[in-house]
Amino acid sequence: MSSRDRDWDGVRLHVVTGKGGTGKTTVAAALALALAAEGGRVLLVEVEGRQGIAPLFGVPPLSYEERSVAVTEGGGEVHALAVDAEEAFLEYLEMFYGLRRAGGALRRLGAVDFATAIAPGARDVLLTGKVTEAVRRRTASARGGRRGAQGPHVYDAVVLDAPPTGRVTRFLNVTAEVSGLARVGPVRDHADRVMEVIRSPETVVHFVALLEEMPVQECLDGIAEAREAGLEVGGILVNMVRPVLLEEAVLAAAADGVVDVAVLARGLRAAGLPDHERLARELSGEVVEHARQVRMAAEARKRLAAAERPCYDVAFLEEGVDLPGLHRLAGSLRAQGAV
Amino acid sequence: MSTGRPPVLDVDALLDDPATRIVVCCGSGGVGKTTTAAALALRAAERGRHTVVITVDPARRLAQSLGLTELDNTPRPVAGVADGGGSLHAMMLDMKRTFDETVVANADPERAAQILDNPFYQSLSSSFSGTQEYMAMEKLGQLRRSEEWDLIVVDTPPSRSALDFLDAPKRLGRFLDGRLVKFLGAPARNGAFRLLGAGFGLVTGVVTKILGAQLLRDVQSFVGMFDAVFGGFQERADQTYRVLQAEGTAFVVVAVPEHDALREASYFVDRLRAERMPLAGLVLNRTQRVLVPELSAERGTAAAEALEASGGHPLAAAALRLHAGRVRLRDRERRLWERFTAAHPEVGVVEVPALAEDVHDLDALREIGRVLGDPGPVS
Repeated sequence: MSSRDRDWDGVRLHVVTGKGGTGKTTVAAALALALAAEGGRVLLVEVEGRQGIAPLFGVPPLSYEERSVAVTEGGGEVHALAVDAEEAFLEYLEMFYGLRRAGGALRRLGAVDFATAIAPGARDVLLTGKVTEAVRRRTASARGGRRGAQGPHVYDAVVLDAPPTGRVTRFLNVTAEVSGLARVGPVRDHADRVMEVIRSPETVVHFVALLEEMPVQECLDGIAEAREAGLEVGGILVNMVRPVLLEEAVLAAAADGVVDVAVLARGLRAAGLPDHERLARELSGEVVEHARQVRMAAEARKRLAAAERPCYDVAFLEEGVDLPGLHRLAGSLRAQGAV
Repeated sequence: MSTGRPPVLDVDALLDDPATRIVVCCGSGGVGKTTTAAALALRAAERGRHTVVITVDPARRLAQSLGLTELDNTPRPVAGVADGGGSLHAMMLDMKRTFDETVVANADPERAAQILDNPFYQSLSSSFSGTQEYMAMEKLGQLRRSEEWDLIVVDTPPSRSALDFLDAPKRLGRFLDGRLVKFLGAPARNGAFRLLGAGFGLVTGVVTKILGAQLLRDVQSFVGMFDAVFGGFQERADQTYRVLQAEGTAFVVVAVPEHDALREASYFVDRLRAERMPLAGLVLNRTQRVLVPELSAERGTAAAEALEASGGHPLAAAALRLHAGRVRLRDRERRLWERFTAAHPEVGVVEVPALAEDVHDLDALREIGRVLGDPGPVS
């Protein structure tokens, strides 16, 4: 391990949330690769049945079984898992009540539907329960160790591709969520065990944002809500950051709709392009749109700064997201000192 | 293109047709459903329809884009709508309030108070597990029956998946009518459930143990009271489902030109067909605009490289790089779009290019509506 300065050393559960469409699955995947870069064993989990992870890594759809999806140069490994509420429910029954084969009967009775889709909060406890179990899981006691000694953790870190910002606090705050359902008893005990992990210093919630007004607003609202619920807010991951191609003075004028078309036309002529004057007029429209996006992005950044959280840039991948692209993003997150 | 363009979704024809009574906007999160719903409603209103738009969104995004500061559970008139003989109202669904109001409207005061006080009811009515979808359907049914509007535009809840909007109300109805509830309501050990098979004794014992006796009592009394007031829940959910299948309803699927969003849109289109729900078409939102389509990415990049090598003309070099990037992005979007249309050649599509700035006023919504109604030639 290097002695680089890393912002989230010691964190073992990275929850990644963001407004719909901000690309939180991509960011979660890049973060998992970054965490595995130096030889770590990392689990990447999705919980919404969207199968968003598999296509990013170019692997077949995930199941309720942890599977290696990528390795890193440093000997690390990313495993992935799609948690399904129904499977988690049956697993829970087996673990605590030895009832594995009761699934069919429970389904006919409607109890599976009740536990996974209707009972307020129950679904979220089942999903977070599986995630926190992976965080706590240890290998069998090391050989030659004292009896009862615990082996090391199976995963150095777990990255959760969580529900979107609007629902994430409710999702993580399971004790409050099931309070209407169960004040005492096994469900409440289970929720308390989950909460212990989520509230520990080993867990942070990262927010993915785009540099646009509504995603920024939702990010700031989400951070405020998470803080109020006592969750530890991690960093802000600014996704789909595009390079700025023009110098500042040119950008400022262009954002106000002013582009020196004559200068542009001379350049196009020098490049040997035909019909350079008309081309310059038309291209100036693209320059103006670009400058307005840059201005909007700068304003968005200013507003994000109010959250007083470290921000990391995640570049826009022009060719779409694939494994080499994810590795590039992971390298950049490490270069920025995120992990 | 040799395969031919897909049919175009004619939004104005849809909105102008007096037979169109309900437009449902659906799609995955973050694709611009709310904005699309608001833009469609505004356009319909300004073209003469008496329109109401319902949104189901805790972030109050519709409120922002309509320039309103407050949206409650009642349709409110939207100011600044151009007079075309129509009108526009907007409301944001408050699911708990809708549930409470439905109870109060249907039960006598004493029983209504009992239901509202029941802990399981309180927990269910403020949870997200299907209640939001159920109440969106309930509210849609109420507005439809009121006959106060001739067009209702609905923005669907930000569910786990777009399909939840269709499934959640039925699931809740099935639960409330189902065996579990009857079991929970049955006096202990009366033997009725032995008929269901030997495994049930064990299973029901565990259910009781996990959930606890108090919860079971709450659920039991809630269901008893509720059933007395509303009759069959499933039937109620089925009724609203039939409204969605009826003539006069049109589903508009919203997507952005990205892999996940189009995949979700694809599932939704298949599902609507399977359920015989009327699909109007697809809105492909926030596509990359290219203002100089005849200049290819390769040509632009080569020209930019030549200029950069010579060290002069930084403005032209940057403009060419910028253009090349936009063309590449547009081409990638096209490939994703073509994959969708190849699988669904019959689905009409309308494209809405990305605006350079955020949408937060009526003018911007009107502009989106204009593009929806009158898409320019495809670049």
